[in-house]
Amino acid sequence: MAISSKKMNPYDEMMKGLWRDNPVFVQVLGMCPMLAVTNSAINAIAMGLATFFVLVGSSFLVSSLKRWIPKQVRISVYIVIIATFVTVVDYVLLATVPAIHKELGAFIPLIVANCLILGRQEAFASRYPVKLAVMDAIGMATGFLLAMFALGSVREILGEGKLFGVSLFGDNFEPWVIMILPPGGFITLGLLLLLFNWVGERKQAFIAQVAEAERGKA
Amino acid sequence: MSSGLPIMEKEPSSTTLVAALAIAGFLSGIIIIGVYLATFDTIAENKARELREAVFRVLPNVTRMQKLRYDGSELVVLPDNAKDDEETIYGGYNDAGEFVGYAIVNAGPGFQDTVRVIYGYRPAERKVVGMWILESRETPGLGDKIYKDAAFVANFDNLGVDPEIVAVKKGTKSRANEIDAITGATISSKAVVRIMNEAHKKWDARLPVTAPALQQAAE
Repeated sequence: MAISSKKMNPYDEMMKGLWRDNPVFVQVLGMCPMLAVTNSAINAIAMGLATFFVLVGSSFLVSSLKRWIPKQVRISVYIVIIATFVTVVDYVLLATVPAIHKELGAFIPLIVANCLILGRQEAFASRYPVKLAVMDAIGMATGFLLAMFALGSVREILGEGKLFGVSLFGDNFEPWVIMILPPGGFITLGLLLLLFNWVGERKQAFIAQVAEAERGKA
Repeated sequence: MSSGLPIMEKEPSSTTLVAALAIAGFLSGIIIIGVYLATFDTIAENKARELREAVFRVLPNVTRMQKLRYDGSELVVLPDNAKDDEETIYGGYNDAGEFVGYAIVNAGPGFQDTVRVIYGYRPAERKVVGMWILESRETPGLGDKIYKDAAFVANFDNLGVDPEIVAVKKGTKSRANEIDAITGATISSKAVVRIMNEAHKKWDARLPVTAPALQQAAE
């Protein structure tokens, strides 16, 4: 192993996906489902959970099997592993929650092509021990789920005046229909990215300020 | 770790590579077949229940149904597990087993993708008595009102079919064969009407006023 894994703390590996390396707001990965199925909070969560299952399962398998996967065909093997999990999710959703499966439609099979998942296999799971790989996958998938929920709830609240199908503003609310149409997805995502970067910058500035003050004291 | 020196790792033979992929594919196939078999019954059940609920929704007072198929000259009763095709419709019967109406499914292009419509038809009165959308990908917030807007769906509760169904601008409905189109979703509204008119044209002459009697299905 090129990088010692001793220094790496599983907890840190998990937490980095939530904020510092958030797959959506920082790495800007997985944009296809991000824009396509966030027209309501429940769809966003269903998609997030499906992705969670696929990512954690694949990371676990790839990390456990990495010794036996020849380097030359590793990407193909990862895809087979991911596709298997996706098919399982597809059938299970169809059997248990057909209504949600109908709404998500073609985007469930498309989880296979979500670069977030393949990216974590290649960049992380194939290089680190199982425990770290699973923690990393849990963090990344949770980060993705939270981002999906953020986008989905904003769009549903503004576009339909509802959250999880429950009306929030009464009958006089005129739904802002564009928010649940594709342009609304781009607008909301853009604004959330702006917010995320702004908060990040403020944090950096604050840290710099504190460091300055410390130096001044000393 | 070894940036300067080109270390020649031994290339695995093609057989190893093929074998690795074959094993991965084989195991994946087994898992997928397992899941398919495990969920097959539930999925089929869900679909049947969805259809039954749709038939009961578009035909008021109907509590029992059976599949009917037009075999070229008349309607014949099909067993419940028979495969549906374009010549299949559903007969709806009330508690006493009396015929109420037919439920007819038809599909056609909507604004975005295929729209599948089911509607209830009473041949005795020559009237549509209910409509429901089985499948559609119409624009959320606009076109999806064809099933989310209760007022639009209610248009079809007592609708004449002669000479054919017509969608008119909202609020100008005056005749028995007219429905109020949805503002902002004219194309979707007209698509529903066109799909129903097509189906009606095809089925009108084929449907006797009284359908084949309800065959006692094993409950």
